[in-house]
Amino acid sequence: MAATSLWRRLVRLLGGFVGSLLAAGGARAVALPDNVGEAMAHVYSGGGVTASGPALLVRKNLGDRFSITGSYYADFVSNASIDVVTTASPYRETRNAYGLGLNYVVRDSLITVAAATSREPDYIADALNVDVAQDVFGGMTTVSLGFTRGWDQVGKTGEGFFDTADHWRYRIGATQVLTPNWLMSANFEAISDDGYLGNPYRVALVFGAAVPESVPRTRSSRAFQLRAIGDLGERNVVRGAYRYFWDNWGINAHTFELGYARYFGKDWMADGFVRYHMQDGALFFSDNATSDTAYITRNRQLSSFNDVGLGFNLAYTAKTVPGQYSVVVTGAVEFMNFKFSEFTDVRTGQLYSFNAYLAQLLVSVTF
Amino acid sequence: MRGSRSYLIAAALGSMLLLGGCALQPWVKPYERESLADPIMNLQRSTLIGQHREHVYDVREGARGATGIQGTGCGCN
Repeated sequence: MAATSLWRRLVRLLGGFVGSLLAAGGARAVALPDNVGEAMAHVYSGGGVTASGPALLVRKNLGDRFSITGSYYADFVSNASIDVVTTASPYRETRNAYGLGLNYVVRDSLITVAAATSREPDYIADALNVDVAQDVFGGMTTVSLGFTRGWDQVGKTGEGFFDTADHWRYRIGATQVLTPNWLMSANFEAISDDGYLGNPYRVALVFGAAVPESVPRTRSSRAFQLRAIGDLGERNVVRGAYRYFWDNWGINAHTFELGYARYFGKDWMADGFVRYHMQDGALFFSDNATSDTAYITRNRQLSSFNDVGLGFNLAYTAKTVPGQYSVVVTGAVEFMNFKFSEFTDVRTGQLYSFNAYLAQLLVSVTF
Repeated sequence: MRGSRSYLIAAALGSMLLLGGCALQPWVKPYERESLADPIMNLQRSTLIGQHREHVYDVREGARGATGIQGTGCGCN
């Protein structure tokens, strides 16, 4: 019932927004994204969790001003993570996510309005996104602004939905052409959350005794990312990214990524990258608390740890009919290692670590 | 007092910077952007692959946001 009224609200919002844009139409300089159809199979495995499934995306132009995007994404999750095997029973569940978006080009601006919903048996997340990208300085700079409003319903097996969480995301970014071979981008995002932000299944340890975790009902975070990509000549392309993240739960995080890509012949493109993430733990994280506090968690995602990823992508242009369509097949794999500095495996008493991999196989048709 | 003066200076500098932008001419002409237009120069080559990677990181790391990728929302807690 709540979901139906939400969709009605989203459709009304979309309708009103598109109507006002139509009234404000004018000459355009920015192009709509290409028509594209993508199908992907994905699998993540690590730390006792396996999540796999298909994903689909279709974007189609409607005339020369509008394009519409539809997407579907599924995760079939089998969870026997360290949290689960030490405090509960392994389980399986499915997450389905659907997205619907509308792009509109007016003068030098690309406006996107998108709605998304993600559904699991015990968690429903609905979101509405509005993004505007504007070319300035003769196409040298693209400035973007975006806003996401999210509404979540939080549940627990056997109890049903018992609480909610609201989210507000504000983002601003700029992409700058530096030279004929180099681009740079800067992005900033502020996120506010309000509601049930914990996990009803997770327990914390206080004096060695298991207690339900308790986290604050609000969270406010900021993130700033710089990226650069450049062609060193002959399409030998290097890229780098750095993100700094901080929030009022006491987490500070640094994420670095370096990559290199090049063509082999005219049909093959290979890409390799290394990614490093390190973070401090939240103020209320404790592996085994020795005092009674209002907030306590043993969520290892909120602890102090680092992870390293090594990834490869290989893209093959299977067929190109100039002016009509092209088919590209991409395989991507990333190997990751997580090392925790505070979170221990209660079975061994040792600091916890695990290896994981992420694999994706994508067929993309541009038409 | 010192705070309001700092804001004034920052506002003046910001205005100068923005107004200065009006006099800027594109220093990389459209015909010089062949390399930049190549698909290999895209910061995000596939929406699906990019969104899925971000989802995997969001679920397993404490940091989030500023990736230039729209999230789809999930039970990541």
